[in-house]
Amino acid sequence: MKFETVIGLEIHVELKTKSKIFSSSPNAFGSEPNANISPKDLGYPGTLPVLNEEVVNYGMKAAMALNCDIASETIFDRKHYFYPDNPAAYQISQDEQPIGENGWVEIEVDGEKKRIGIERIHLEEDAGKLTHGTGGSLVDYNRQGSPLIEIVSEPDIRTPEEAYAYLEKVKSIIQYTGVSDVRMEEGSLRCDANISLRPVGQEEFGTKTELKNLNSFAYVRSGLEHEEVRQAKILSSGGVIEQETRRYDEKTKKTILMRVKDDADDYRFLPDPDLAPLHIDEDWKERIRQEIPELPDARKQRYVEEMDLSDYDAGVITATKEMADFYEETVDLGADGKLAANWLMGDLSAYMNKHLKELPDLAITPEGLAKMIKLIEDGTISSKIAKQVFAELVENGGDPEVFVKEKGLVQISDDGQLREIIGKVLDENEQSVADFKDGKGRALGFLVGQTMKATQGQANPQMVNKILKEEIEKR
Amino acid sequence: MANISKEDVLKTADLARVAITDEEAEMYGEQLTEILTFTEKILDINTEGVKPTTNGNAVTNILRDDKPVTWDKRDAALENAPEVEDGQFKVPAIMEE
Repeated sequence: MKFETVIGLEIHVELKTKSKIFSSSPNAFGSEPNANISPKDLGYPGTLPVLNEEVVNYGMKAAMALNCDIASETIFDRKHYFYPDNPAAYQISQDEQPIGENGWVEIEVDGEKKRIGIERIHLEEDAGKLTHGTGGSLVDYNRQGSPLIEIVSEPDIRTPEEAYAYLEKVKSIIQYTGVSDVRMEEGSLRCDANISLRPVGQEEFGTKTELKNLNSFAYVRSGLEHEEVRQAKILSSGGVIEQETRRYDEKTKKTILMRVKDDADDYRFLPDPDLAPLHIDEDWKERIRQEIPELPDARKQRYVEEMDLSDYDAGVITATKEMADFYEETVDLGADGKLAANWLMGDLSAYMNKHLKELPDLAITPEGLAKMIKLIEDGTISSKIAKQVFAELVENGGDPEVFVKEKGLVQISDDGQLREIIGKVLDENEQSVADFKDGKGRALGFLVGQTMKATQGQANPQMVNKILKEEIEKR
Repeated sequence: MANISKEDVLKTADLARVAITDEEAEMYGEQLTEILTFTEKILDINTEGVKPTTNGNAVTNILRDDKPVTWDKRDAALENAPEVEDGQFKVPAIMEE
């Protein structure tokens, strides 16, 4: 039997406000345990939540950027559960009136564009962090009460690859809005996945399983791929899928049963009477709408039109805000748009991948890159030498002009000097000269190579070509 | 009719990690049932045409500025915990391998 996969993702994004959502405790990552707590965060009786206005602004901004309708009236609800990560024994969230609904993002997989719906985005508080050990679990409440948005997709995703593309897109858009660092390794972006299979053509959804512990985008894809196969095997052999939560294991790349949902979750949602309803009028919405910067797709389009980049190149450059900003600054400083894009996508991306580093970790600046590109364009250095200069800029930063002078990397463009060097090269390679005269074009390439070698790559390649031909003619 | 059974009380007590005896569970069950029965009177009120509310006060948009404040009694809070390790609250083991 042929199956169709149905995937829905729940993404939690931590908002980077200065204080928590319902208390004034600092909202910071990496503090010592329990440094950012207050009686409210600890669930002390008699403490009251007060909503942080900036959380509403940030949540609204993210929801707008993801094309959601924004609620004009909304309330907060208590979601009850007993677990030590939440001392109040309830999480304040939004149940029936989320701040945003009916959004979407556009993804592209294998050249095909597709719209993935976003059912809802709601505001809620994060829980504390548990460290499980033998003899007990340790609880750090620094994260308790940190502001979150939960982004729930429609079950529109059909392949693990689409899930990956959707995650990348959502991350990119949120990053552009600046409301979160969206760093999975720091937990400011987290993802759970729901997946079910149904026979091709069937309208009704199959029974779904939920995947947790997906700590990178690659794990999301890999976990879903594995789960797809596991479910198909069970269904093909006449079995049934249990509704359960499964944990992805990074080492075996398999999913492992965590718990079966026999007792349907009963969170006893109820409106939180400690919090006043929230009214968001058109002025407020408009004010936030004005603050939304140019988003990745718009920027990509602009680069295609204004910088003459290919669709693919513009997509790579605009995938992260850091890269796009770096690119734009470089071009604003006078660098050629295409050349700048080539350096960023080529040598720079290769370096980042090799050393697992992010752009802000590198020493190179837009000023440095722009200057280096100018040095190539005005003939001061050859493209080959530029690679050496680029490596220096990435590692140590600095002024490429100074570096080129200090290291004596300036391109040799002096006609007389080049003729002298080439004369020697031709003397030493009489056979190649003869071959070229016999019509063997490849011999010229060899002679160019010898000339570059003789000059440690500093000879101006266009001039070398021209002078070589002239000098050979003379012989 | 509200009815909180002894089992309901025991399950809730277990979830909340409150140790109570069977006799107490029976007693609390009866008391909670009485309280709920009393509050059930509210169902007799005719609310036809009344807009639902979630809040006793007719207020909206109670907001505060995003200004962080560090609480200076963090150590006192930790001292109240039955067990503390490395500045963290220690609770009975949750994950059983």
